[in-house]
Amino acid sequence: MTIRISAPDTASKGDIIELKAMIQHPMETGYRSGSRGENIPRDIITRFECRYNGETVFAADFHPGIAANPFLTFYTKATESGTLAFEWTDQDGESWSESHEITVE
Amino acid sequence: MSRFPLSRRSVLTGLAGTAALAGLSPAAMSQTKAKLVVIGGGFGGATAAKYLKQLMPGASVTLIEPKSTYYACPFSNLVIGGGRELSAQAFGYDGLKALGIEIVQQAADAVDADARTVTLADGASLSWDRLVMSPGIDFRWGALEGYDEGAVDAMPHAWKAGQQTTLLRRQLEEMEDGGLVVMSAPAAPFRCPPGPYERASLIANYLKTQKPKSKLLVLDAKDSFSKQSLFEEAWAARYPDHLEWRGASDFGRVVAVNPETMTLSTEFDEIEATVANVIPPQQAGRIAHAAGVADQTGWCPINGLTFESTLVPGIHVLGDATIAAPMPKSAFSANLQAKVCAAQITRLLAGQDPEATVLANTCYSYVADDAAVSITGVYTNDDGKLMSVDGAGGVSPLAAAPSVREAEAAQALAWFRTITSEAFG
Repeated sequence: MTIRISAPDTASKGDIIELKAMIQHPMETGYRSGSRGENIPRDIITRFECRYNGETVFAADFHPGIAANPFLTFYTKATESGTLAFEWTDQDGESWSESHEITVE
Repeated sequence: MSRFPLSRRSVLTGLAGTAALAGLSPAAMSQTKAKLVVIGGGFGGATAAKYLKQLMPGASVTLIEPKSTYYACPFSNLVIGGGRELSAQAFGYDGLKALGIEIVQQAADAVDADARTVTLADGASLSWDRLVMSPGIDFRWGALEGYDEGAVDAMPHAWKAGQQTTLLRRQLEEMEDGGLVVMSAPAAPFRCPPGPYERASLIANYLKTQKPKSKLLVLDAKDSFSKQSLFEEAWAARYPDHLEWRGASDFGRVVAVNPETMTLSTEFDEIEATVANVIPPQQAGRIAHAAGVADQTGWCPINGLTFESTLVPGIHVLGDATIAAPMPKSAFSANLQAKVCAAQITRLLAGQDPEATVLANTCYSYVADDAAVSITGVYTNDDGKLMSVDGAGGVSPLAAAPSVREAEAAQALAWFRTITSEAFG
């Protein structure tokens, strides 16, 4: 699963920082039929969370209306140096994660 | 695809051309003295002027076009690839003049649909009974952050043929071997759906043969494109080391450019280019907006039977500026739409009802100097709605012998001669 993150490496304390996260995922709705008319089973990510030194600063629930390769842009306030953790969880509980270190001065 | 794609194609396109004109009674080809004005001297406008005059010799037909020389976009990718001179793309209007069409070498500045006039750049005014607009495209400057009129010298678009075509060619020639060429391809709709990928093929061909340490990176706002499997097959076979295509799902969409630093930014990467070709987001040509025939999408909704604007009665719109899907924005489409439109205007002016026709389009794309692939569509316009005919048309076969690709390249050349002589000859 390819994940891409965009976040600043450094920031000043109190800055509003932009975070971007994208994961390659089909987000199959379960409503589509294949070429032989068979049902294509649902396969979606249902939850995304971003934690900043363990504290959740952004979270989203995904439903079948979300397009393939979901891409999120959101903002948070730079408070302290540490780790930004990004985690996606699918309908079956499988998860993928990525992290980014930020230095706050 | 038929086992006989070539004969089927020529039959279909031949049918489409004549279907519009067949059934026109002598009464319809009346001695009308109508005043007909055409704005735009590209494939759509030039063809429309010619056919209006031929169908209605008594009518006055005026073509408004500011440039004295038209540079054709089809085949201009061969100029960029180094296999063709720009002069082979140049066409004038003497042929149309000889037919009795008045050429006004000015820009149209405004259209008044109520008064039925066109105001020219010098302030003069022309009146019309029917107006045909084939305004082509303009760029949506700034829609891609950093890409405005001031950026086109550093990062040429070359999406209107002429000086921009030779500029991009020169930048490729002047690039030292080992450089990175980056192309940004836009989201649909845009002029010439397979065009970016033909261009990518021909640039890669140039790099492979002349600058083998260099590479082309295509950054795309889409995940799929016209004739994709044919292009990808050709790229894998011919340019594995010289062409990389990155679609939207692979973070290929360009969101900003900087012509000073020659960088292109995607959501996650910043890429520095030695030569950058930015094909920007597009919309109908400026005069379409001034005339009120473009809607909030930036393009012009039309009745597919008559190509009359659904927004402004009495004005017909052709070619790239229209919302004519499933017909693509191509010279072939514009040329055929012009013929159909001219026939319908002839009927309307004779008090007759417009008649449904069959239309078609073929887009040839070179994948190397001597090899081409094609896609053909066939369309109906019953009830004013353009629809694809299921099972008609098709694309070139995959895994074809080189002779098939060479034959299509020869057909492409024949097509170019035909279409340009139809429009300008």
